[in-house]
Amino acid sequence: MLTLIKDTLTSQVVTLWRVFSHLWVKADTVEYPDEMPYMFPRWRGRIILSRDPDGEERCVACNLCAVACPVDCIALQKTEDEEGRWYPEFFRINFSRCIMCGFCEEACPTNAIQLTPDFEMAEYERQDMVWEKEDLLIDGTGKYHDYNFYRVAGKKIGGKDKGEARNEAVPVNVRSLLP
Amino acid sequence: MAKIVIDGVEYEVNPDNNLLQECLSQGLDLPYFCWHPSMGSVGACRQCAVTQYRDEDDKEGMLVMACMTPATDGAIISLEDKQAKSFRSDVIESLMISHPHDCPVCEEGGECHLQDMTQMSGHNYRRYDKKKRTHRNQYLGPFINHEMNRCITCYRCVRYYDDYAGGTDLSAQASHHHVYFGRHEEGVLESEFSGNLVEVCPTGVFTDKAFSGQYSRKWDLQTAPSVCVGCSVGCNTAPGERYGTLRRIVNRYNSEVNGYFLCDRGRFGFDYVNSRKRLLEPVKRVDNTGELLADDEIKAVIKEFSREGTIGIGSPRASNESNFALKTMVGDENFFAGYSDSEHESMAAILTLASDKTFHSPSVREIEEADAVLILGEDVTNVAPRIALALRQSVRNKAMDLASESRIPQWQDAAVRELAQHERSPLSILSPAVSRLDDIAADRVIESLPALVAMGHQIANKISGSAPAATSAEHDAAAEKIAAQLKGAKRPLIVAGSSNGSDLVKAAANIARALHEDGEKAAIDLCLLVPEVNSIGMGLMAAEENSLGVALDKLSSSAAKRVIVLENDLYRRASKSQVDSALDKAEKVLVLDQVTTTTTAKADVVLPVTAFSEHEATYINYEGRAQLSFQVHQCQKMAQPAWRWISDAAHIDDVIERCCSEAPGFAKLRDVLPGGNPFIAGMKVPRQSHRYSGRTAMIANVNVHEPKQMEDKESIMSFSMEGISAQKDPSIMASPWAPKWTSNQSISKFQDEVNGELKQGHVGSLLFEKTDSGAYFDVPAATVQPSGKQLHLALSYQIFGSDELSARAEPIRERMTDAYVGICPEDAERRGLAQGDVATITPTGAPVVVCIRTGVKPGTALLYCGDANISPAEFTGFLEIEKSAARATSRGIANLIVSDFQEEEI
Repeated sequence: MLTLIKDTLTSQVVTLWRVFSHLWVKADTVEYPDEMPYMFPRWRGRIILSRDPDGEERCVACNLCAVACPVDCIALQKTEDEEGRWYPEFFRINFSRCIMCGFCEEACPTNAIQLTPDFEMAEYERQDMVWEKEDLLIDGTGKYHDYNFYRVAGKKIGGKDKGEARNEAVPVNVRSLLP
Repeated sequence: MAKIVIDGVEYEVNPDNNLLQECLSQGLDLPYFCWHPSMGSVGACRQCAVTQYRDEDDKEGMLVMACMTPATDGAIISLEDKQAKSFRSDVIESLMISHPHDCPVCEEGGECHLQDMTQMSGHNYRRYDKKKRTHRNQYLGPFINHEMNRCITCYRCVRYYDDYAGGTDLSAQASHHHVYFGRHEEGVLESEFSGNLVEVCPTGVFTDKAFSGQYSRKWDLQTAPSVCVGCSVGCNTAPGERYGTLRRIVNRYNSEVNGYFLCDRGRFGFDYVNSRKRLLEPVKRVDNTGELLADDEIKAVIKEFSREGTIGIGSPRASNESNFALKTMVGDENFFAGYSDSEHESMAAILTLASDKTFHSPSVREIEEADAVLILGEDVTNVAPRIALALRQSVRNKAMDLASESRIPQWQDAAVRELAQHERSPLSILSPAVSRLDDIAADRVIESLPALVAMGHQIANKISGSAPAATSAEHDAAAEKIAAQLKGAKRPLIVAGSSNGSDLVKAAANIARALHEDGEKAAIDLCLLVPEVNSIGMGLMAAEENSLGVALDKLSSSAAKRVIVLENDLYRRASKSQVDSALDKAEKVLVLDQVTTTTTAKADVVLPVTAFSEHEATYINYEGRAQLSFQVHQCQKMAQPAWRWISDAAHIDDVIERCCSEAPGFAKLRDVLPGGNPFIAGMKVPRQSHRYSGRTAMIANVNVHEPKQMEDKESIMSFSMEGISAQKDPSIMASPWAPKWTSNQSISKFQDEVNGELKQGHVGSLLFEKTDSGAYFDVPAATVQPSGKQLHLALSYQIFGSDELSARAEPIRERMTDAYVGICPEDAERRGLAQGDVATITPTGAPVVVCIRTGVKPGTALLYCGDANISPAEFTGFLEIEKSAARATSRGIANLIVSDFQEEEI
C-alpha cells in the first residue's frame, strides 16, 4: 500500500517536473505562416512532374503511378510524338483524394513524378484541387538530377537513334555474313 | 491415362501429351516461351527445363525439356529441383541480356509473357555489363508495330505466321545473335491473320499499332465477353474500353469456335464505334436538315408506326432481340428479310438444309478435323476468314496420320513437319478465280459459275449414282479424282456459301448427300457460309415468302404506307431504282441505325442504335450456334438498342424469353444466358480488373464530386471493379488473368485442360433440331450463255471492305481497295483495258477499277463492289465492261493482295 502511494506521488511529481521544464526549452513549432518551418527534402507533400536534364518531359505515360495509387486519384492518357517518344496527353491528379503515400513516386520508372516538401495545398473550392499536367509540370529535374530514361531505354526517339542509348551496340546489319 | 509424379504428388495425365502441356493442365507454373497450345513443341527456348528421375532411388536426376518429353506412365519429375530452377533462371538471364530497358514505353507491358516468365524464374538483375545488340525496325502496315530490340528469338512469330497461318512474307533472317524476324523489305504484312502476332509474340516485338494510338494498359480496360460482328463465324472477342471510347479487341478463347486466333477484320475493324459519323441522336428530317426529336415526339412516332399499314425490314447485322422486337411490332406477315433477293434464295436453301439429318454443320474446331475438303465456289478467306485458317489446319491431318504411323507424337511440331514435307490431306478448290487458299490446294479448277455448279453435280453423281447427273462433262478427270478423295476420307467436308447464288449451295448439298448415301458415315460435314453476323438469326425470323423485293414492291404499290428499316442500308441490298421508288412512295420512313447511310438520308425519322460493344445481344453464327455478347461500355449519347426503341420490354432477358417461346426455331436461345444462379453471394462479375486505375480522377476535371458508379440493371456484370472476379469461378470470364500470369497465356488456368473447354465458359448453344431427311436437288437447267460483249459475273469479296461496318474503321480503310472488276488478260485486251484503268459496268454505269489477273476464268468477270455503293443486286448473271475516261481515285487497287499463285498457268 505504502509503495503504491509512493510510486503514484513520484510519478506525478516527475511528470509535472517534465512538463514545467519545457517552459525553458526552445519551441519545436514555428510561427507559421510568418515563419516557414524547415521541411526535409524527402517530405511527402505536393506532387510534381519533373523534366529530364535535357529539359524534356520525363513522364512517359506508362501508367504505373496510376495503378500503384491506392486511392486511384491519378488519371492519364498516353500519346506519342512523330518520332516515337511517349508522353502523357493529359495527366490529372485529384489532390482532394490524394493521401500523400508516395507510392506513385516509388512506382515511377523515370523519376518523373516526385513528392515535394510543399504542404500548402488547402483550397476553398474542392474543384480547385484537381490539377492537370500544366499545373504539375515543373521546369527542373526535382530531387533526381541526372536520370534520363530515354538515354537508357532501347526505344528510338527524336535525337536518339537505335544503338545510341547507354550500353548499346550499333544496329545489326542483317545482310552481313560476318560473325 | 498415365500416372506421373511431379514433386512428390501423383497426377493422372494423358500420355499422348508432353510434360509441359500436362503440367499446365494440372495448373502448375512452369515457364515456357516457344511452345504454344495450338502449335506444338520445338524445344527452341530451353525455358521449360525440369528434372526427371529414373526411379525412386535416383536422387540426381537429369534435366529434360518438359515440352519435348512425353508424359509417359510412371515418370517422376520435379519442377522445384534446384538444378532445374537454376537452369531456368540462367536461361532467362541470357535471353534478357539484350532486352532493352523498355517496359514503361512498351505496349506489351502489363500483359507480357516475358515479364511473367522472368519474374517466375527469379531473374531480376542484369549482371552482364557488355553492350546490348540492337536492330532496326520495319514498317509492317497499319496493323502491326515492329520493335525488334525486344526479341528473344523464340521463333513463335514465324512458326505462327508461316507454318500455321500460311503467310509467306515474314521470315527469320541472319544467324547467331543477329537473328532478325521481319519481311525481306519494309511493307504491309500480307496475311489476313497478322494481328495474332500481337498475342503470339511473348514480348513486345509485334504490338497492336491501332491500339498504340489510344493506348491503355490491360488493367485499365473495361472488358466484357463479346462476339465479333464482322462475319458469320461469330468469333469470341474481348473488346476493351477506356475513357468512353473503345480501344482494342483481343481474342477470347472459345474451344469450339475461334480457339486462340482472330482475323484482322475482327481485330482491327471496330473503330467506327468511336466515330464522329455515328448516329447518336434521334432526328427527324425537316426540309433536308435534321431536327432533334423530343421524348414525346419519339413516343408519337413509335405509336404512328405501330398502326396498320406498317412493314418492317429486318437486318442480318442486327441482334436477334432487335429483329424479334421489330417482328412483334409489325406482325409476322409484315416482317421482311433484310438481305438481297438472291441471298434470300440461298438462305432459304441453307435453312432447309440446316434441319436435315444428313448434314452436320461443323464448328471451326471440327473443320480442323476434316481430312478431305472440297470448297465449291466460295472465297473463304474473304467471306469467313477464320474458317480459312481452320482449313489450313485441316490439310495437316495427313501429316498427323503419317506421324502416328511412324510413332512420332503429334506435338513434335518440327519432326511432324519434317516427316510430312509437302504431304497434305486433299483440299480441292472449285472457283471462278485464284484464291488465297490455293497454296494448300491439291486440285484447283477455275471455271465460270454455271460450269462450277455443273461440276458439283457431276462429283455428286460420281460418288453415288442416285444423285442426278450433270449435263456438261468438262473436267471429268478432275471430278472423278475429287469424288474418289471425298469417298476415301474418314471425315470429308464440303464448303460452300451464299455469296454466289443458291445453285452452288444446292450442288454442295447434293455432294454431301451422295457421300452420306455412299458410305456408312453419320452426318456429313457441310459448311455453308453466310455473309453477316446474324444472317441465320434474321433468316429464321422472316417468313420464306417475305423477301426484300416483296417489301419494296409493297411500298412502291402503296400496299404498305410506312416502313421501319432496322440497321440496314437498303441500297446495298437492292437496285437503286427499286429502293428509290419504294422509299419515295412510302408515306413515312423510320430508320434505326448505328451509322449514317444512304438509307438514313432518305428517312423521315432516324433513331440512333447502339453498336455491338454498347449492348447485350445474341447472334447466331453460320452453324446455328447462338452466342451471347455482353455490353462492354455505355454509349455516351442517346443511342439505345433497337429493341428498346420499338418495344415496351424492360429487360433483355424478357426479350430473349419471349423470342424463345414465340419465334419458331429459337427455343434453345435461352441456354446462352448464364445458367443456374449466376450471382455468388449476390455479387456481379466485374467488367473492370481488380487493378483498374484512376477511378477518382478520370472525370474529376468535369466535376470533382464523383458520381455513383454506373449500375447495370440488365446483365450479371457490373460497371465497376467490385464483384466476383474470373478467378473465383463466376459463370463468365472477359479477359484472362491469373496470379503470375498477366498475359493471354494465362488462359491455361481457365481451361479444364490445355486446349479444352473453359471452366466457366459457354461455347454457345446450337439451335437447329435435326429432324428432316430431304432429297436431292435437281440439276439446274442449262443457263443462258453470255451474248456479245457480256461476261459471266462472279461476285467477289474482300476481307477489308466487304463488311459494311468494319469498312468504316480507320485501320481497315488503309487496307481497302476501290471497287474493281477482275478479268483475264485476253478479255482485257479485247476491250482495250489496262491494269488500273477505270471502266464503267453496265447496267449501272458505275465506275470500277480494272484488275487484270491471269487467275480469272476467261469469259468471267469478278466484281468487287467495295464501299462504292454499287449494289450487287443490280446485276443478273452477266456484266458488260466498257472503258471510261475517268481517272482512278487515289486508293485504286494497290492494296489488293491476291493469291501468291496468281501468275501460275490455269
